[in-house]
Amino acid sequence: MSDDLIWSVINDKFCSFKIKPGKGQDFCRNEYNVSGLCSRQTCPLANARYATVKNVEGKLYLYMKTAERAHMPAKLWERVKLLKNYTKALEQVDHHLQYWQEFLINKCKQRLTRLTQVAVTEKRLAMREEERHYVGIKPKIKRREENRERKALAAARIEKAIEKELLDRLKSGAYGDKPLNVDEKIWKKVLGKVDEVDDEEEEFDEDDDVVLESGDEEDFGQVEYVEDDGDDELVDMEDLEKWLGDDSSSDNESDNDSETETKKGDKRSGSGAAGDKKRKKRRGHVEIEYEDDIQTNIAA
Amino acid sequence: MDEAKKTSEILKGIKNKHRRQKVFAAIQAEKSKEKHKLRAARAKEERENPQLKEERLANNVPETLETKRVFDETIATEIEGEDEFFELFNKSQRDPKVLITTSPNARKCAYEFADILMEFVPNVTFVKRKREYQMKEMAQYCNNREFTDLIVINEDKKKVNGLTFIHLPEGPTYYFSVTSLTTTERIKGHGRATLHTPELILNNFNTRLGKTVGRLFQAIFPAQPEVEGRQVITLHNQRDYIFFRRHRYVFRDEKKVGLQELGPQFTLKLRRLQKGIKDEIEWEFKADMERDKRKFYL
Repeated sequence: MSDDLIWSVINDKFCSFKIKPGKGQDFCRNEYNVSGLCSRQTCPLANARYATVKNVEGKLYLYMKTAERAHMPAKLWERVKLLKNYTKALEQVDHHLQYWQEFLINKCKQRLTRLTQVAVTEKRLAMREEERHYVGIKPKIKRREENRERKALAAARIEKAIEKELLDRLKSGAYGDKPLNVDEKIWKKVLGKVDEVDDEEEEFDEDDDVVLESGDEEDFGQVEYVEDDGDDELVDMEDLEKWLGDDSSSDNESDNDSETETKKGDKRSGSGAAGDKKRKKRRGHVEIEYEDDIQTNIAA
Repeated sequence: MDEAKKTSEILKGIKNKHRRQKVFAAIQAEKSKEKHKLRAARAKEERENPQLKEERLANNVPETLETKRVFDETIATEIEGEDEFFELFNKSQRDPKVLITTSPNARKCAYEFADILMEFVPNVTFVKRKREYQMKEMAQYCNNREFTDLIVINEDKKKVNGLTFIHLPEGPTYYFSVTSLTTTERIKGHGRATLHTPELILNNFNTRLGKTVGRLFQAIFPAQPEVEGRQVITLHNQRDYIFFRRHRYVFRDEKKVGLQELGPQFTLKLRRLQKGIKDEIEWEFKADMERDKRKFYL
Protein backbone atom coordinates (compact mmCIF):
# COMPACT_ATOMS: atom_id res chain seq x y z
CA MET A 1 0.00 0.00 0.00
CA SER A 2 1.18 3.47 -0.67
CA ASP A 3 2.35 5.54 2.24
CA ASP A 4 0.10 8.42 1.34
CA LEU A 5 -2.94 6.20 1.35
CA ILE A 6 -2.07 4.86 4.82
CA TRP A 7 -1.43 8.32 6.15
CA SER A 8 -4.69 9.65 4.76
CA VAL A 9 -6.53 6.93 6.65
CA ILE A 10 -4.55 7.47 9.85
CA ASN A 11 -4.78 11.20 9.71
CA ASP A 12 -8.36 11.67 8.59
CA LYS A 13 -10.17 8.59 9.82
CA PHE A 14 -8.80 6.37 12.57
CA CYS A 15 -5.61 5.02 14.08
CA SER A 16 -5.64 2.86 17.17
CA PHE A 17 -2.22 4.16 18.22
CA LYS A 18 -3.30 7.78 18.19
CA ILE A 19 -3.93 9.65 21.46
CA LYS A 20 -5.78 12.92 21.29
CA PRO A 21 -5.12 14.89 24.44
CA GLY A 22 -7.42 17.67 23.21
CA LYS A 23 -6.32 20.65 21.22
CA GLY A 24 -2.93 20.74 19.49
CA GLN A 25 -0.44 17.97 18.92
CA ASP A 26 -1.63 14.34 18.91
CA PHE A 27 0.53 11.59 20.35
CA CYS A 28 1.36 8.08 19.14
CA ARG A 29 1.66 5.05 21.35
CA ASN A 30 3.21 2.78 18.73
CA GLU A 31 6.39 1.42 20.27
CA TYR A 32 8.34 1.91 17.03
CA ASN A 33 7.58 5.61 16.89
CA VAL A 34 10.84 7.51 17.08
CA SER A 35 9.51 10.69 18.70
CA GLY A 36 6.13 9.76 20.19
CA LEU A 37 4.34 12.39 18.15
CA CYS A 38 1.69 11.71 15.57
CA SER A 39 2.85 13.31 12.30
CA ARG A 40 3.45 12.38 8.70
CA GLN A 41 7.23 12.20 9.13
CA THR A 42 7.35 10.22 12.37
CA CYS A 43 4.55 7.74 11.69
CA PRO A 44 6.06 4.23 11.68
CA LEU A 45 3.11 2.87 9.70
CA ALA A 46 2.91 5.45 6.94
CA ASN A 47 6.66 5.46 6.20
CA ALA A 48 8.09 2.52 4.28
CA ARG A 49 11.60 3.71 5.04
CA TYR A 50 11.87 4.25 8.77
CA ALA A 51 14.39 3.95 11.60
CA THR A 52 14.16 4.07 15.39
CA VAL A 53 16.07 3.17 18.54
CA LYS A 54 14.56 0.75 21.04
CA ASN A 55 15.44 -0.58 24.45
CA VAL A 56 15.00 -4.37 24.54
CA GLU A 57 15.73 -5.89 27.95
CA GLY A 58 18.24 -3.27 28.86
CA LYS A 59 20.07 -3.25 25.52
CA LEU A 60 19.72 -0.58 22.86
CA TYR A 61 19.06 -1.53 19.24
CA LEU A 62 18.79 0.49 16.06
CA TYR A 63 15.72 -0.67 14.14
CA MET A 64 15.42 0.00 10.41
CA LYS A 65 12.85 -0.89 7.81
CA THR A 66 12.84 -0.36 4.06
CA ALA A 67 10.29 -0.60 1.31
CA GLU A 68 12.10 -3.65 -0.14
CA ARG A 69 11.02 -5.85 2.80
CA ALA A 70 7.54 -4.36 3.11
CA HIS A 71 5.98 -7.54 1.74
CA MET A 72 7.63 -9.73 4.46
CA PRO A 73 6.21 -8.69 7.82
CA ALA A 74 8.31 -11.30 9.69
CA LYS A 75 11.52 -9.75 8.40
CA LEU A 76 10.27 -6.20 8.20
CA TRP A 77 12.68 -4.72 10.76
CA GLU A 78 16.42 -5.01 10.53
CA ARG A 79 18.02 -4.39 13.90
CA VAL A 80 21.58 -3.56 14.93
CA LYS A 81 22.78 -3.80 18.49
CA LEU A 82 24.32 -0.52 19.59
CA LEU A 83 27.51 -0.35 21.60
CA LYS A 84 27.37 0.71 25.24
CA ASN A 85 29.75 3.57 24.58
CA TYR A 86 27.54 6.54 23.76
CA THR A 87 29.85 8.24 21.24
CA LYS A 88 30.50 4.95 19.46
CA ALA A 89 26.78 4.23 19.36
CA LEU A 90 26.23 7.62 17.73
CA GLU A 91 28.86 6.74 15.11
CA GLN A 92 27.05 3.43 14.54
CA VAL A 93 23.80 5.29 13.90
CA ASP A 94 25.58 7.59 11.46
CA HIS A 95 27.12 4.60 9.72
CA HIS A 96 23.93 2.57 9.32
CA LEU A 97 21.73 5.53 8.34
CA GLN A 98 24.32 6.93 5.95
CA TYR A 99 22.12 7.96 3.04
CA TRP A 100 18.88 8.34 4.99
CA GLN A 101 17.04 11.58 5.38
CA GLU A 102 18.50 14.01 7.86
CA PHE A 103 15.32 14.16 9.91
CA LEU A 104 15.32 10.45 10.85
CA ILE A 105 19.04 10.47 11.66
CA ASN A 106 18.54 13.39 14.05
CA LYS A 107 15.51 11.82 15.68
CA CYS A 108 17.28 8.48 16.16
CA LYS A 109 20.22 10.23 17.77
CA GLN A 110 17.91 12.18 20.08
CA ARG A 111 16.17 9.00 21.09
CA LEU A 112 19.48 7.26 21.68
CA THR A 113 20.56 10.14 23.93
CA ARG A 114 17.34 10.03 25.91
CA LEU A 115 17.39 6.25 26.36
CA THR A 116 21.02 6.38 27.51
CA GLN A 117 20.07 8.98 30.10
CA VAL A 118 17.13 6.86 31.28
CA ALA A 119 19.43 3.84 31.62
CA VAL A 120 21.86 5.85 33.76
CA THR A 121 19.04 7.06 36.03
CA GLU A 122 17.63 3.57 36.36
CA LYS A 123 21.00 2.23 37.38
CA ARG A 124 21.48 4.97 39.94
CA LEU A 125 18.04 4.37 41.44
CA ALA A 126 18.68 0.66 41.62
CA MET A 127 21.89 1.31 43.56
CA ARG A 128 20.10 3.44 46.14
CA GLU A 129 18.37 1.68 48.99
CA GLU A 130 14.77 2.84 49.05
CA GLU A 131 13.77 3.90 52.53
CA ARG A 132 10.07 3.78 51.86
CA HIS A 133 7.94 0.76 51.47
CA TYR A 134 5.54 1.51 48.71
CA VAL A 135 2.19 -0.05 49.38
CA GLY A 136 -0.64 0.38 46.93
CA ILE A 137 -3.85 1.61 48.49
CA LYS A 138 -7.05 1.02 46.65
CA PRO A 139 -9.60 3.83 46.70
CA LYS A 140 -12.07 1.50 48.34
CA ILE A 141 -9.68 0.74 51.21
CA LYS A 142 -8.86 4.41 51.59
CA ARG A 143 -12.52 5.29 51.84
CA ARG A 144 -13.12 2.46 54.29
CA GLU A 145 -10.31 3.63 56.54
CA GLU A 146 -11.55 7.19 56.50
CA ASN A 147 -15.01 6.08 57.50
CA ARG A 148 -13.76 3.77 60.21
CA GLU A 149 -11.56 6.49 61.59
CA ARG A 150 -14.52 8.83 61.77
CA LYS A 151 -16.63 6.24 63.54
CA ALA A 152 -13.82 5.27 65.90
CA LEU A 153 -13.42 8.92 66.85
CA ALA A 154 -17.11 9.14 67.65
CA ALA A 155 -16.98 5.92 69.66
CA ALA A 156 -13.86 6.97 71.55
CA ARG A 157 -15.43 9.92 73.41
CA ILE A 158 -11.91 11.02 74.06
CA GLU A 159 -12.64 13.93 76.37
CA LYS A 160 -14.67 11.75 78.70
CA ALA A 161 -11.94 9.14 78.77
CA ILE A 162 -9.37 11.82 79.60
CA GLU A 163 -11.50 13.27 82.37
CA LYS A 164 -12.04 9.85 83.88
CA GLU A 165 -8.35 9.04 83.77
CA LEU A 166 -7.39 12.37 85.34
CA LEU A 167 -9.87 11.90 88.18
CA ASP A 168 -8.58 8.40 88.73
CA ARG A 169 -5.07 9.75 88.99
CA LEU A 170 -6.14 12.47 91.40
CA LYS A 171 -8.01 10.09 93.64
CA SER A 172 -5.42 7.36 93.60
CA GLY A 173 -2.90 9.94 94.81
CA ALA A 174 -0.73 9.86 91.74
CA TYR A 175 -0.04 13.58 92.09
CA GLY A 176 1.46 13.22 95.54
CA ASP A 177 0.44 14.66 98.89
CA LYS A 178 0.59 18.28 97.86
CA PRO A 179 -0.58 18.29 94.28
CA LEU A 180 0.27 21.47 92.43
CA ASN A 181 -2.47 21.02 89.88
CA VAL A 182 -5.49 21.04 92.19
CA ASP A 183 -7.20 23.78 94.09
CA GLU A 184 -6.82 23.36 97.87
CA LYS A 185 -10.52 23.14 98.63
CA ILE A 186 -11.08 20.47 96.04
CA TRP A 187 -8.08 18.52 97.21
CA LYS A 188 -9.41 18.62 100.77
CA LYS A 189 -12.71 17.34 99.53
CA VAL A 190 -10.99 14.52 97.70
CA LEU A 191 -8.94 13.72 100.78
CA GLY A 192 -12.08 13.75 102.89
CA LYS A 193 -13.67 11.26 100.56
CA VAL A 194 -10.65 9.05 100.62
CA ASP A 195 -10.72 9.13 104.42
CA GLU A 196 -14.38 8.21 104.44
CA VAL A 197 -13.56 5.24 102.32
CA ASP A 198 -10.76 4.42 104.74
CA ASP A 199 -13.10 4.54 107.69
CA GLU A 200 -15.45 2.15 106.01
CA GLU A 201 -12.63 -0.24 105.36
CA GLU A 202 -11.47 -0.02 108.92
CA GLU A 203 -14.72 -1.48 110.03
CA PHE A 204 -14.07 -4.52 107.98
CA ASP A 205 -10.45 -5.17 108.79
CA GLU A 206 -9.74 -4.02 112.29
CA ASP A 207 -6.10 -3.28 111.91
CA ASP A 208 -4.50 -1.02 114.48
CA ASP A 209 -1.91 0.30 112.05
CA VAL A 210 -4.52 1.41 109.63
CA VAL A 211 -6.39 3.43 112.19
CA LEU A 212 -3.25 5.23 113.24
CA GLU A 213 -2.22 5.97 109.71
CA SER A 214 -5.52 7.31 108.58
CA GLY A 215 -5.58 9.56 111.64
CA ASP A 216 -2.12 10.72 110.69
CA GLU A 217 -3.23 11.64 107.29
CA GLU A 218 -6.08 13.87 108.38
CA ASP A 219 -3.75 15.97 110.47
CA PHE A 220 -1.20 15.87 107.75
CA GLY A 221 -3.49 17.24 105.10
CA GLN A 222 -4.75 20.13 107.25
CA VAL A 223 -1.39 21.31 108.48
CA GLU A 224 0.26 21.08 105.08
CA TYR A 225 -2.16 23.37 103.43
CA VAL A 226 -1.89 26.18 105.91
CA GLU A 227 1.86 26.25 105.37
CA ASP A 228 1.57 25.83 101.71
CA ASP A 229 0.01 29.25 101.11
CA GLY A 230 3.14 31.24 101.80
CA ASP A 231 5.45 29.04 99.81
CA ASP A 232 6.67 29.60 96.33
CA GLU A 233 5.76 26.99 93.78
CA LEU A 234 9.34 26.27 92.88
CA VAL A 235 10.28 25.65 96.46
CA ASP A 236 7.40 23.25 96.68
CA MET A 237 8.71 21.33 93.76
CA GLU A 238 12.15 21.07 95.31
CA ASP A 239 10.67 19.89 98.55
CA LEU A 240 8.73 17.31 96.71
CA GLU A 241 11.78 16.09 94.87
CA LYS A 242 13.80 15.79 98.09
CA TRP A 243 10.92 13.99 99.54
CA LEU A 244 10.75 11.65 96.63
CA GLY A 245 14.44 10.94 96.92
CA ASP A 246 14.03 9.99 100.57
CA ASP A 247 11.03 7.98 99.78
CA SER A 248 12.63 5.85 97.13
CA SER A 249 15.43 4.87 99.51
CA SER A 250 13.07 4.04 102.33
CA ASP A 251 10.75 2.26 99.97
CA ASN A 252 13.28 -0.46 99.30
CA GLU A 253 13.11 -1.54 102.90
CA SER A 254 9.35 -1.76 102.95
CA ASP A 255 7.50 -4.97 102.31
CA ASN A 256 6.72 -6.67 99.05
CA ASP A 257 3.27 -5.26 98.86
CA SER A 258 4.35 -1.68 98.47
CA GLU A 259 7.10 -2.68 96.07
CA THR A 260 4.70 -4.12 93.61
CA GLU A 261 2.68 -0.98 93.86
CA THR A 262 5.72 1.09 93.13
CA LYS A 263 6.27 -0.84 89.97
CA LYS A 264 2.75 -0.30 88.85
CA GLY A 265 3.07 3.38 89.60
CA ASP A 266 6.30 3.70 87.69
CA LYS A 267 4.82 2.29 84.58
CA ARG A 268 2.67 5.31 84.28
CA SER A 269 4.34 8.57 83.47
CA GLY A 270 1.77 10.55 85.40
CA SER A 271 2.15 8.79 88.68
CA GLY A 272 5.83 8.05 89.00
CA ALA A 273 7.38 8.14 92.39
CA ALA A 274 5.05 10.90 93.52
CA GLY A 275 2.30 8.39 94.00
CA ASP A 276 4.37 6.10 96.16
CA LYS A 277 4.68 8.50 99.02
CA LYS A 278 0.97 8.75 99.20
CA ARG A 279 0.50 5.06 98.95
CA LYS A 280 3.08 4.26 101.52
CA LYS A 281 1.25 6.43 103.99
CA ARG A 282 -1.92 4.54 103.43
CA ARG A 283 -0.37 1.13 103.11
CA GLY A 284 -2.78 -1.66 103.81
CA HIS A 285 -5.91 -0.03 102.48
CA VAL A 286 -5.21 0.88 98.92
CA GLU A 287 -8.20 0.79 96.68
CA ILE A 288 -7.63 -1.95 94.20
CA GLU A 289 -10.28 -0.70 91.80
CA TYR A 290 -8.14 2.18 90.67
CA GLU A 291 -5.14 0.03 90.07
CA ASP A 292 -7.14 -2.29 87.88
CA ASP A 293 -8.42 0.58 85.87
CA ILE A 294 -5.00 2.00 85.33
CA GLN A 295 -3.64 -1.33 84.28
CA THR A 296 -6.20 -1.61 81.53
CA ASN A 297 -5.77 1.94 80.38
CA ILE A 298 -2.08 2.06 80.29
CA ALA A 299 0.04 0.05 78.00
CA ALA A 300 3.01 -0.71 80.11
CA MET B 1 -45.55 -3.94 64.49
CA ASP B 2 -49.27 -4.09 65.13
CA GLU B 3 -49.49 -0.36 65.50
CA ALA B 4 -47.53 0.15 62.35
CA LYS B 5 -49.93 -2.16 60.51
CA LYS B 6 -52.92 -0.33 61.89
CA THR B 7 -51.53 3.01 60.82
CA SER B 8 -50.80 1.78 57.34
CA GLU B 9 -54.30 0.34 57.00
CA ILE B 10 -55.89 3.58 58.12
CA LEU B 11 -53.73 5.51 55.73
CA LYS B 12 -54.46 3.20 52.81
CA GLY B 13 -58.15 3.91 53.21
CA ILE B 14 -57.65 7.61 52.61
CA LYS B 15 -57.22 8.42 48.96
CA ASN B 16 -56.67 12.16 49.18
CA LYS B 17 -52.98 12.75 49.59
CA HIS B 18 -53.27 15.94 51.62
CA ARG B 19 -55.76 14.44 54.03
CA ARG B 20 -53.61 11.34 54.31
CA GLN B 21 -50.58 13.43 55.16
CA LYS B 22 -52.51 15.31 57.80
CA VAL B 23 -53.77 12.11 59.42
CA PHE B 24 -50.31 10.65 59.36
CA ALA B 25 -48.86 13.75 61.01
CA ALA B 26 -51.57 13.58 63.67
CA ILE B 27 -50.76 9.94 64.40
CA GLN B 28 -47.07 10.73 64.67
CA ALA B 29 -47.74 13.65 67.00
CA GLU B 30 -49.88 11.41 69.18
CA LYS B 31 -47.14 8.83 69.35
CA SER B 32 -44.48 11.33 70.29
CA LYS B 33 -46.75 12.77 72.99
CA GLU B 34 -47.22 9.34 74.48
CA LYS B 35 -43.51 8.73 74.40
CA HIS B 36 -42.79 12.00 76.17
CA LYS B 37 -45.40 11.22 78.80
CA LEU B 38 -43.88 7.83 79.38
CA ARG B 39 -40.45 9.30 79.71
CA ALA B 40 -41.61 12.00 82.11
CA ALA B 41 -43.32 9.38 84.26
CA ARG B 42 -40.24 7.22 84.26
CA ALA B 43 -38.03 10.18 85.11
CA LYS B 44 -40.29 11.02 88.04
CA GLU B 45 -40.19 7.48 89.29
CA GLU B 46 -36.47 7.35 88.97
CA ARG B 47 -36.02 10.67 90.74
CA GLU B 48 -37.77 9.23 93.74
CA ASN B 49 -35.96 5.95 93.49
CA PRO B 50 -32.52 6.33 91.87
CA GLN B 51 -31.92 2.61 92.11
CA LEU B 52 -34.37 2.06 89.28
CA LYS B 53 -32.33 4.23 86.97
CA GLU B 54 -29.21 2.35 87.84
CA GLU B 55 -30.91 -0.91 87.09
CA ARG B 56 -32.27 0.33 83.80
CA LEU B 57 -28.89 1.63 82.71
CA ALA B 58 -27.23 -1.57 83.81
CA ASN B 59 -29.64 -3.66 81.76
CA ASN B 60 -29.63 -1.40 78.75
CA VAL B 61 -26.05 -1.70 77.53
CA PRO B 62 -25.76 -1.05 73.81
CA GLU B 63 -23.73 -3.44 71.75
CA THR B 64 -20.71 -1.85 70.15
CA LEU B 65 -17.82 -3.07 68.08
CA GLU B 66 -15.71 -2.93 71.23
CA THR B 67 -17.99 -5.29 73.12
CA LYS B 68 -18.18 -7.65 70.16
CA ARG B 69 -14.44 -7.60 69.62
CA VAL B 70 -12.90 -10.81 68.33
CA PHE B 71 -11.09 -12.49 71.21
CA ASP B 72 -7.41 -11.69 71.38
CA GLU B 73 -5.46 -13.99 73.65
CA THR B 74 -2.76 -11.41 74.41
CA ILE B 75 -5.16 -9.04 76.18
CA ALA B 76 -4.70 -8.89 79.94
CA THR B 77 -2.37 -11.84 80.05
CA GLU B 78 1.17 -11.88 81.25
CA ILE B 79 3.64 -12.30 78.46
CA GLU B 80 5.03 -15.77 78.35
CA GLY B 81 8.72 -16.18 77.74
CA GLU B 82 10.94 -13.31 76.78
CA ASP B 83 9.50 -10.05 75.70
CA GLU B 84 12.32 -8.72 73.60
CA PHE B 85 10.75 -5.31 73.04
CA PHE B 86 10.18 -4.81 76.72
CA GLU B 87 13.83 -5.49 77.36
CA LEU B 88 14.86 -3.04 74.67
CA PHE B 89 12.86 -0.29 76.32
CA ASN B 90 13.94 -1.16 79.82
CA LYS B 91 17.60 -1.54 79.05
CA SER B 92 17.97 2.14 78.43
CA GLN B 93 16.45 4.03 81.32
CA ARG B 94 17.75 7.30 79.96
CA ASP B 95 16.08 10.65 79.80
CA PRO B 96 14.51 11.05 76.38
CA LYS B 97 16.50 12.91 73.76
CA VAL B 98 14.82 13.01 70.40
CA LEU B 99 15.99 13.88 66.91
CA ILE B 100 13.45 14.88 64.28
CA THR B 101 14.10 14.94 60.57
CA THR B 102 12.12 14.59 57.37
CA SER B 103 12.11 12.40 54.32
CA PRO B 104 14.62 13.48 51.66
CA ASN B 105 13.62 16.44 49.49
CA ALA B 106 10.70 17.19 51.76
CA ARG B 107 8.32 20.00 50.99
CA LYS B 108 7.27 22.87 53.23
CA CYS B 109 4.50 20.99 54.98
CA ALA B 110 6.97 18.49 56.44
CA TYR B 111 8.94 21.31 58.09
CA GLU B 112 5.74 22.81 59.42
CA PHE B 113 4.79 19.48 60.92
CA ALA B 114 8.25 19.21 62.46
CA ASP B 115 7.62 22.60 64.10
CA ILE B 116 4.35 21.28 65.49
CA LEU B 117 6.03 18.18 66.89
CA MET B 118 8.82 20.20 68.44
CA GLU B 119 6.31 22.18 70.47
CA PHE B 120 5.48 19.23 72.66
CA VAL B 121 8.22 16.64 72.29
CA PRO B 122 10.69 17.40 75.07
CA ASN B 123 14.44 17.68 74.60
CA VAL B 124 14.18 17.63 70.83
CA THR B 125 16.50 18.61 68.01
CA PHE B 126 15.63 19.14 64.37
CA VAL B 127 18.09 18.32 61.65
CA LYS B 128 17.52 19.04 57.99
CA ARG B 129 17.66 15.82 56.04
CA LYS B 130 20.51 15.24 53.69
CA ARG B 131 19.78 13.04 50.77
CA GLU B 132 22.94 11.00 50.96
CA TYR B 133 22.24 9.61 54.43
CA GLN B 134 20.04 6.57 54.80
CA MET B 135 17.96 5.95 57.87
CA LYS B 136 20.38 3.40 59.23
CA GLU B 137 23.25 5.86 58.96
CA MET B 138 21.19 8.50 60.71
CA ALA B 139 20.41 6.02 63.48
CA GLN B 140 24.12 5.41 63.87
CA TYR B 141 24.71 9.15 64.04
CA CYS B 142 22.07 9.44 66.74
CA ASN B 143 23.50 6.53 68.69
CA ASN B 144 26.89 8.22 68.79
CA ARG B 145 25.28 11.34 70.23
CA GLU B 146 23.16 9.45 72.76
CA PHE B 147 19.78 10.20 71.30
CA THR B 148 17.06 7.88 72.53
CA ASP B 149 14.64 8.23 69.64
CA LEU B 150 14.68 9.23 66.01
CA ILE B 151 11.54 10.54 64.32
CA VAL B 152 11.38 10.79 60.54
CA ILE B 153 8.49 12.68 58.99
CA ASN B 154 7.35 11.26 55.70
CA GLU B 155 5.90 13.61 53.12
CA ASP B 156 4.24 12.69 49.82
CA LYS B 157 2.48 14.96 47.36
CA LYS B 158 2.87 17.97 49.66
CA LYS B 159 1.14 16.23 52.53
CA VAL B 160 2.54 14.70 55.68
CA ASN B 161 1.39 11.11 55.61
CA GLY B 162 3.72 9.11 57.79
CA LEU B 163 5.90 9.05 60.87
CA THR B 164 8.76 6.65 61.48
CA PHE B 165 9.85 6.20 65.08
CA ILE B 166 13.12 4.45 65.69
CA HIS B 167 13.88 3.66 69.28
CA LEU B 168 17.61 3.73 69.81
CA PRO B 169 20.04 2.09 70.20
CA GLU B 170 18.61 -1.20 68.95
CA GLY B 171 15.16 -0.50 67.63
CA PRO B 172 12.37 -1.40 67.24
CA THR B 173 11.17 0.69 64.31
CA TYR B 174 7.56 1.81 64.00
CA TYR B 175 5.90 3.29 60.98
CA PHE B 176 2.59 5.09 61.48
CA SER B 177 0.42 6.73 58.92
CA VAL B 178 -0.72 10.25 59.79
CA THR B 179 -4.19 11.45 58.90
CA SER B 180 -6.61 14.24 59.78
CA LEU B 181 -4.03 16.68 61.01
CA THR B 182 -5.62 19.78 62.52
CA THR B 183 -3.25 22.54 63.53
CA THR B 184 -3.76 24.52 66.70
CA GLU B 185 -5.01 27.64 64.93
CA ARG B 186 -7.86 25.75 63.38
CA ILE B 187 -9.22 24.46 66.69
CA LYS B 188 -11.92 26.71 68.10
CA GLY B 189 -11.35 28.01 71.58
CA HIS B 190 -7.87 26.59 71.81
CA GLY B 191 -5.50 27.60 74.56
CA ARG B 192 -1.83 28.42 74.46
CA ALA B 193 0.54 25.74 75.59
CA THR B 194 3.22 26.41 78.18
CA LEU B 195 6.68 24.90 78.32
CA HIS B 196 5.89 22.48 81.14
CA THR B 197 6.52 18.80 80.54
CA PRO B 198 3.09 17.34 79.91
CA GLU B 199 1.50 14.33 81.51
CA LEU B 200 0.84 11.38 79.28
CA ILE B 201 -2.34 9.35 79.05
CA LEU B 202 -2.28 6.17 77.01
CA ASN B 203 -5.73 4.71 76.61
CA ASN B 204 -6.71 1.27 75.43
CA PHE B 205 -3.34 -0.16 74.48
CA ASN B 206 -4.30 -3.65 75.53
CA THR B 207 -2.80 -6.33 73.36
CA ARG B 208 0.82 -7.26 73.33
CA LEU B 209 1.34 -5.27 70.15
CA GLY B 210 -0.57 -2.38 71.67
CA LYS B 211 1.64 -2.39 74.72
CA THR B 212 4.71 -2.35 72.52
CA VAL B 213 3.33 0.77 70.85
CA GLY B 214 2.44 2.34 74.19
CA ARG B 215 5.97 1.82 75.43
CA LEU B 216 7.30 3.81 72.52
CA PHE B 217 5.30 6.87 73.51
CA GLN B 218 6.28 6.43 77.12
CA ALA B 219 9.90 6.39 76.10
CA ILE B 220 9.53 9.68 74.21
CA PHE B 221 8.02 11.64 77.08
CA PRO B 222 9.83 12.08 80.40
CA ALA B 223 8.62 9.89 83.23
CA GLN B 224 8.32 12.84 85.60
CA PRO B 225 5.81 15.42 84.36
CA GLU B 226 5.56 18.99 85.63
CA VAL B 227 2.02 18.82 86.94
CA GLU B 228 1.83 22.52 87.76
CA GLY B 229 1.50 23.10 84.03
CA ARG B 230 -1.74 21.04 84.08
CA GLN B 231 -1.11 19.89 80.54
CA VAL B 232 -1.88 16.44 79.36
CA ILE B 233 -1.11 14.63 76.13
CA THR B 234 -3.44 11.81 75.26
CA LEU B 235 -2.90 8.96 72.88
CA HIS B 236 -6.22 7.23 72.73
CA ASN B 237 -6.41 3.99 70.84
CA GLN B 238 -9.84 3.16 69.49
CA ARG B 239 -10.22 0.40 66.92
CA ASP B 240 -6.51 0.63 66.00
CA TYR B 241 -6.71 4.35 65.31
CA ILE B 242 -4.54 6.29 67.72
CA PHE B 243 -5.91 9.76 68.36
CA PHE B 244 -3.45 12.37 69.51
CA ARG B 245 -4.84 15.21 71.62
CA ARG B 246 -3.36 17.80 73.94
CA HIS B 247 -5.34 19.51 76.66
CA ARG B 248 -5.02 21.75 79.65
CA TYR B 249 -7.17 20.56 82.51
CA VAL B 250 -8.58 21.95 85.72
CA PHE B 251 -10.26 20.04 88.50
CA ARG B 252 -13.51 21.95 89.02
CA ASP B 253 -14.55 19.79 91.95
CA GLU B 254 -13.97 16.20 92.97
CA LYS B 255 -16.11 14.91 90.11
CA LYS B 256 -15.71 17.43 87.32
CA VAL B 257 -12.74 18.18 85.13
CA GLY B 258 -12.56 21.08 82.72
CA LEU B 259 -10.58 20.56 79.53
CA GLN B 260 -9.22 23.08 77.09
CA GLU B 261 -7.76 21.87 73.87
CA LEU B 262 -4.25 23.05 73.09
CA GLY B 263 -3.78 21.32 69.75
CA PRO B 264 -2.69 19.87 67.45
CA GLN B 265 -4.91 16.93 66.64
CA PHE B 266 -3.90 14.07 64.43
CA THR B 267 -4.56 10.40 64.01
CA LEU B 268 -1.92 7.71 63.81
CA LYS B 269 -2.34 4.20 62.55
CA LEU B 270 0.31 1.57 62.95
CA ARG B 271 1.40 0.21 59.57
CA ARG B 272 4.61 -1.58 60.30
CA LEU B 273 6.65 -2.73 63.25
CA GLN B 274 10.19 -3.84 62.54
CA LYS B 275 12.79 -5.38 64.74
CA GLY B 276 16.05 -3.54 65.11
CA ILE B 277 16.58 -0.53 62.89
CA LYS B 278 14.44 -1.29 59.85
CA ASP B 279 15.29 -4.98 59.89
CA GLU B 280 12.98 -7.94 60.05
CA ILE B 281 9.29 -7.09 59.82
CA GLU B 282 7.54 -8.09 63.02
CA TRP B 283 4.04 -6.94 62.14
CA GLU B 284 2.66 -5.29 59.06
CA PHE B 285 -0.76 -3.90 58.34
CA LYS B 286 -2.52 -5.34 55.32
CA ALA B 287 -5.87 -4.18 54.04
CA ASP B 288 -7.08 -7.75 54.20
CA MET B 289 -6.65 -7.77 57.98
CA GLU B 290 -9.43 -5.27 58.33
CA ARG B 291 -12.02 -7.26 56.52
CA ASP B 292 -13.62 -8.31 59.79
CA LYS B 293 -14.40 -5.02 61.42
CA ARG B 294 -14.55 -6.55 64.88
CA LYS B 295 -10.92 -7.62 64.78
CA PHE B 296 -8.48 -5.16 66.33
CA TYR B 297 -4.78 -5.53 66.78
CA LEU B 298 -3.77 -2.86 69.28
